[in-house]
Amino acid sequence: MKFKIMILGCLLLALALPALAQDSVKTVEASAIPAISPPAPATNVTAMDSPNDNGHSLTLRWTLSADDGAGQKTVLGYKFLRSFFPDSGFVLREGMAPSGSSEYVDMGGRKPDDRDFMPNDTDYYYIVRAITADSNVYSDSPVIGPVKAVGQLYNVGRTLVLVFVLCFAAITIFFIRRARKGAKLFVRRLAGIEAVDEAIGRATEMGKPILYVLGLGTAADIATIASFTILGRVAKKVAEYQTGLIVPCYDAIVMTVAQETVRTAYLDAGRPDAYNDDMVYYVTSNQFAYVAAVNGTMLRQLPATNIYMGTFYAESLLLAETGALAGSVQISGTDQVAQIPFFVVACDYTLIGEELYAASAYLSREPILLGSLKAQDYGKAAIIVISILGIIASQFRWNWFLELFKAGN
Amino acid sequence: MNNSRIWSIVIFAAAVLIFGLSWIIIGSQAGHNLTDAFLVTVAAFLTLSILSFLYKDNPYYKFAEHLFVGVSAAYWMSVGFWSTFVGNLLPRISPSLCTYFGVPYKGFDIFFFIPLILGVFLLMRLSSKMGWLSRWSLAFIVGTTAGLNLIRYLRSDFISQVSNTFVPLVTDWRGIGPFFSDFSLSITGQFAMSLSNWVIFVGVFCGLIYFFFSKEHKGAFGYASRMGIWVLMITFGASFGYTVMGRVSLLVGRLTFLFHDWLGLVK
Repeated sequence: MKFKIMILGCLLLALALPALAQDSVKTVEASAIPAISPPAPATNVTAMDSPNDNGHSLTLRWTLSADDGAGQKTVLGYKFLRSFFPDSGFVLREGMAPSGSSEYVDMGGRKPDDRDFMPNDTDYYYIVRAITADSNVYSDSPVIGPVKAVGQLYNVGRTLVLVFVLCFAAITIFFIRRARKGAKLFVRRLAGIEAVDEAIGRATEMGKPILYVLGLGTAADIATIASFTILGRVAKKVAEYQTGLIVPCYDAIVMTVAQETVRTAYLDAGRPDAYNDDMVYYVTSNQFAYVAAVNGTMLRQLPATNIYMGTFYAESLLLAETGALAGSVQISGTDQVAQIPFFVVACDYTLIGEELYAASAYLSREPILLGSLKAQDYGKAAIIVISILGIIASQFRWNWFLELFKAGN
Repeated sequence: MNNSRIWSIVIFAAAVLIFGLSWIIIGSQAGHNLTDAFLVTVAAFLTLSILSFLYKDNPYYKFAEHLFVGVSAAYWMSVGFWSTFVGNLLPRISPSLCTYFGVPYKGFDIFFFIPLILGVFLLMRLSSKMGWLSRWSLAFIVGTTAGLNLIRYLRSDFISQVSNTFVPLVTDWRGIGPFFSDFSLSITGQFAMSLSNWVIFVGVFCGLIYFFFSKEHKGAFGYASRMGIWVLMITFGASFGYTVMGRVSLLVGRLTFLFHDWLGLVK
């Protein structure tokens, strides 16, 4: 056995020796690297204002150094020097362009107190420096300039967005006008929303309150805005049935809007006296502290129905699971794709994504919401048509069509 | 004294004893001082108090909950005051207040009076007569940000996602589209990529059909819609498993704290 191990050891040593020897050769070679001669400079350097922005940015272009990927092949990349004057004051910029690239966007700070503020309408001069492995060996292009950064009012790259906004707005206005004239706009049945009335009735029979959670979104999030409409409807029903309503809020502005919504709903129901500001209250803006508080409310006040509508994150399962534990009927809706599965498993009814937006139109039957819902459906039809066209374009490599949507990004 | 009260007192006494001993033992170990030991012990106590919710609502959970809510609400109010009011607003409107609060003055900017006025309007809710002014601020906040979001969503959720569906249903050796051409795919690779592209196409098509609200889901439309909900549910299932694994890692983090930092059982 020992003999075998010795033979194995000798073999390994024999294999390792040439590698060691090679290493030593490399070390000798490394110490004998010849001095690098300065590379050829970048030529045809141009500097211009970066298009489609609000300024504070300049774009440099150049023809590659003769030693970049060819000739001596010593160019590692390009660095840039900038000055306010053509003959002095050049300062090396932080960024660099790797070898083989012939364009660089020099982007500065946008605010005066930014560290690298780059004011608009100011003359700048540039030098493009071709650099090598040796930091002392480089070559500079001639000074180029003056050039000014200027902001543009219109971003050409977003023309497609403008086209879609205009088309969508036109379709929406058309359907809103139709709805206002009394045209019947069909909205398919949404089980989750139909369950709301049933759940409110159940709460009334049980003499227990309804807990309405608006989620963690701000008052400007689309899901939260849709949730306000649903809250208005729920609050109106609650006022009519004289059931209790609890709305704990994560955001102070959301709380303010929610108070207005509930107050208006109570007014519409003819019971302004029953409204109390304490129904809608602020808890905290810390995610898990908010969850702890709402969970506590669920177990202590045992609401008959929990409604979660809005923007939710990691707290979705914690809330829904506690609600299920407390035996409440639960209806949820969110546009956060990652959270929908948790609501699906723990709630009785779940509005998936856009169903939440449709729910507000479904409940209120307001012409504006119904019209926009109809317009959204046309938007989806447009997506299907564009997708099919894109698939055909991709199949037959109609690059102009694909580039159109790439530019739109 | 009834049984439950006696049990409560016993559990409280046991908790005080355990955490008191823990503080002393950790504090007496080399490399620790009493302050560190106190903080670790309090963190362990609060962790276990929150976890006790798994059994049922109890006074320890209530204590941890109220402490958490109170501290975090106060913290966010403080952050709001110092970062928004003192950090952003004052340096643009008042040099004397900047001196008072010890923040650098950044020059007068009349536009900063707009958020100041809107903020004051919001506070008018506290007045019964002037409360209506707060609606102006709310209208501004909701309207402006909804308008800004429209563009953002159109770019990221609409155009960008639509362009991602531009894939050839029959893939050749060059791969998918002009941006990934010259892949030199094998026959198996071409088949796999074609299949993948078909899944994207059918998934997107049927998924969109499900979200049509102004048409009854019947007949062929109904079949496509049902297929769409299947696609959605499979996606949600995958997402569920993925996220649960992330949550397990959070649990592992808390257990590591308890067994390593507090009890020292795991080295």
